[in-house]
Amino acid sequence: MKLKVVLSAVTAICLGVSAAIAAGEPQAVRQDEMKKVGGALGALGAIAKGEKPYDAAAVTAALTTLVEISKTFPDHFPAGSETGMDSEAAPAIWQNMDDFKAKSAKLTAAAEAQLASLPADQAAVGAAMKAIGGTCGDCHQTYRLKK
Amino acid sequence: MTSTWMRGLGAIAALGVAGFGTFLFVTAPDRQAPSVWTDLGEPDLAHGREVFFAGGCTSCHAPAGATGDARLVLSGGAPLKSDFGTFHAPNISSHPQAGIGAWTLAEFGDAMTRGVGRGGEHLYPSFPYGSYARMTPRDINDLYGFMKTLPASDAVAPAHELAFPFNQRLVLGGWKFLYVTDAPRVELADASDMVKRGQYLVEGPGHCGECHTPRNALGGFESGRWLAGGPNPEGEGSIPNITPGSKSMGSWSEGDIVTYLESGFTPDYDSVGGSMVEVQKNMAELTAADREAIAAYLKAVPSVE
Repeated sequence: MKLKVVLSAVTAICLGVSAAIAAGEPQAVRQDEMKKVGGALGALGAIAKGEKPYDAAAVTAALTTLVEISKTFPDHFPAGSETGMDSEAAPAIWQNMDDFKAKSAKLTAAAEAQLASLPADQAAVGAAMKAIGGTCGDCHQTYRLKK
Repeated sequence: MTSTWMRGLGAIAALGVAGFGTFLFVTAPDRQAPSVWTDLGEPDLAHGREVFFAGGCTSCHAPAGATGDARLVLSGGAPLKSDFGTFHAPNISSHPQAGIGAWTLAEFGDAMTRGVGRGGEHLYPSFPYGSYARMTPRDINDLYGFMKTLPASDAVAPAHELAFPFNQRLVLGGWKFLYVTDAPRVELADASDMVKRGQYLVEGPGHCGECHTPRNALGGFESGRWLAGGPNPEGEGSIPNITPGSKSMGSWSEGDIVTYLESGFTPDYDSVGGSMVEVQKNMAELTAADREAIAAYLKAVPSVE
C-alpha cells in the first residue's frame, strides 16, 4: 500500500519534471503562443459572429495579446529547434529569417492599427478580423508545414 | 531456320508498327466539335470573373508572391515541382504574341476542356484540364471574355524541365486515354440543386481533387479515395482529407466550411496555410451561394477515412 503511494508520487514528480522541461523548449513555447493567438482571434470571432455581445475590454485584450506575442514570436526559433515536439515550422524559416520576422511584424502592425482606433461594434470587429486574418495566411503559406 | 526467324521478327515488327499506329490513333489530340464554341453570344464579364476565381488561374499563372492587382497579371508563375519534373506555367495574359490574346474561343476552349494546345499538341496535366473538362461552354466563353480584359504581359516563361520519357508529349495521349474523363467523380443519389452546383464547382473549375485526391504511380487518381488527401505531391507535408471522414475537418459543419473558405479561419481559429492560402483568397471572391454549394457537396461525398 505504502509502496503504491510512493511509486505514484515518484511517477507524478517525474511527469511534472518532464512537462516542465518540455514547456521551456522553444518548440513548446511557440506552439503555446500560437494557441494564445488562436484564443485571441476566437474572442474576436465570437463577437464578430454575434455569439457574444460586443465588449470593448475584451476586444482591447485580444488585440493586445496579438501585438505582444507577434513582437517576440520569431525569437522562439533558435538554431537547433528546427524539428521535434511535432513542430510544424517549415525549414524555410531558417533560410529566410528576415522575411519571417517581417511577416510577424505585419501582424503586429495590423493589430496595433486596430488598437489605435478600436473597433466600436460587431461589424467593425468583423472587419478587423479580415484586416488581421490575411497576415496569418501570408505567413503560414510559406512558413508552416501541415503534417 | 533463319527464314523462320526472319519471318517471326518481321511479324513482330509489323505488329509493333500496327500497335504504335493504333496507339497514335486512339490517343491523338481530340478537339471538341467546333459547334460547341459557336452561338455563345457576348460573354458575361462579371460572371467570367467568378469563373476565373473558381478556376484558380491566378494561383499558378501570376508571378509567385503576387498580391492585390498583380494577381491579375497572368505572365507565368512559380515553378511547380512534381515527381515528373518541374513545370513552368506559361504566360496566359491577353498579350497577342507572348500570351493567348490572339486565340479563338475554340482554341481556348479545347485547351481548357481537352488539353489540346493551339498547335494541336497534347498539354501537360499540370494544367488541370482533367477537371476543367466538366466546364460548360458558357462558363468557358465568359471566362475567356474576362481574361481578355486583364493586362497584357510580354514575359516568356521557361520551358518545362522534364526527364525522358515525360518530355515526350506523345506519352500524354496514353495518359489522357487512361485518365481524362468528363464523367462525375462520384455518383450522388438524390442530390439537391445546391449539391449539384457544388459538384460542378469542386469537380470542374475548382479542380479541388487535383491536390486533395491521392494518385497512383502513373499519376491517375486512386479509385475510391476521391478527396481523401495524401502526401503533398509538391514536396513536404501532406494534403488533408476533405471528405466527411476526415480527421481534421470531418466534424466541421457546412457553416464552418463556408467561414473557412471566406475568411481563412478554421472553427478553432487556426488559419489557412500552404498552397491553400492562394486557393482561399480565390474562394473568397465567389458568391456566398457558391461557397455554400461547395460546403454542401463536401458533406455529400462518400466518407473516406
